[in-house]
Amino acid sequence: MADKLIPTPSQTVGPFFHLGLDHPEWSDLTTGNPNGERIAIEGRVLDGDGAPVPDALIELWQANAAGRYAHPDDQQTDKPLDPNFRGFGRVATDAEGRFRVRTIRPGPVPGRGNTLQAPHINVVFFSRGLLIHLHTRIYFEGEPANASDPLLSSIEDPAVRGTLVARRAEGSNPALYRFDIVLQGDNETAFLDL
Amino acid sequence: MANSAPPFARPRAGTQPPYLYPDYASTVKRAPKRPPIRFEHTLSEITGPVFEDGWAGPDNCDLTRQHQDAPLGERMILAGRVLDEDGRPVAGTLIELWQCNSAGRYHHPVDQHDAPLDPNFTGAGQVVTNAEGGYRFLTIKPGAYPWRNSPNAWRPAHIHLAVFGPAFVTRLNTQMYFPGDPLLAYDPIFQSTADAAARERLIAQYDPELSEPEWALGYRWDMVLRGRAATPMDPA
Repeated sequence: MADKLIPTPSQTVGPFFHLGLDHPEWSDLTTGNPNGERIAIEGRVLDGDGAPVPDALIELWQANAAGRYAHPDDQQTDKPLDPNFRGFGRVATDAEGRFRVRTIRPGPVPGRGNTLQAPHINVVFFSRGLLIHLHTRIYFEGEPANASDPLLSSIEDPAVRGTLVARRAEGSNPALYRFDIVLQGDNETAFLDL
Repeated sequence: MANSAPPFARPRAGTQPPYLYPDYASTVKRAPKRPPIRFEHTLSEITGPVFEDGWAGPDNCDLTRQHQDAPLGERMILAGRVLDEDGRPVAGTLIELWQCNSAGRYHHPVDQHDAPLDPNFTGAGQVVTNAEGGYRFLTIKPGAYPWRNSPNAWRPAHIHLAVFGPAFVTRLNTQMYFPGDPLLAYDPIFQSTADAAARERLIAQYDPELSEPEWALGYRWDMVLRGRAATPMDPA
């Protein structure tokens, strides 16, 4: 351990990150015409006063429709890679704290041991006022595998668990999901220590 | 076996900033109050976006040649390597950079600081690290600027950098500072990391070997990302 280098500390992205990080076209993960069911996810980001957060950046990382990540350490050779799907997206909030992304529904991926994880999108969240980013996940309402998902089942309080599950807008087709991110307060989103 | 790669090490106490740090006033309403849920890494955490194929665009590492004329300010080279905790180079990863101009003003509509914009300086660049984890930017030295965190507060000159690393959990967004800057002692963002040795990681070193005679000052700065944990994940 003594020989290890100390990792570089995180610092806030501040209010001007759009200059270096905002590429509005990265909010659509379907531009390469990947396989899979098209979905949209929209929501708002709110602070501890319930005020919108207009200077947040959300990054998304997900498996393809078959449940495989486009990464060399995903060695699930029984599942196809999709050359038209990278699995990464990014969106900044607007002046009212809103965001919207288009993607495909991810397939389930393996968990630790012999478990299976329900379809989910991994989220990294940055904003002014956060010295270090937050991690969370987006799961999908109505997905039967949610009941046995290792992360969701580890959360005892159903209200907290519910903050990780995007709600499907009634009758929406293609599916439109709603996922708000609440940084602080009664409906605070469940964030992850990874 | 699907989960053959090991998980990543967690940061040691004090080497990363906290969520709530009241001296940086904006943390007070944005820091979550519930402790985060500890979750052991799965395939979802140990993978992340790959950028080696140019998807994010061509390298754009010379910020002094993005406009018709040269920007005002002191030309500087910022170069170094991206490493993991074990000193291994992180090759093929995307670094994104942004900064204010030499007068301390960002090319951004939210920045209303009473300092001139430079029509020849945007202040954004990106580069993918080479096989040794190396990167190099040519830019101009950013200025200090005031902010409203507290009366008469000034941010020390800094450059924002974001890097991915091999996995979604190695993501790093940080700021690089200059050696000897008297504003560092007063800056709550810099001071928010408790461990002094970790804070030193944020300060670049002047390097005469890197300077180009008659042209630009050289600053060397390595970024260190989380490395692999000592113990492998549970066998499947």
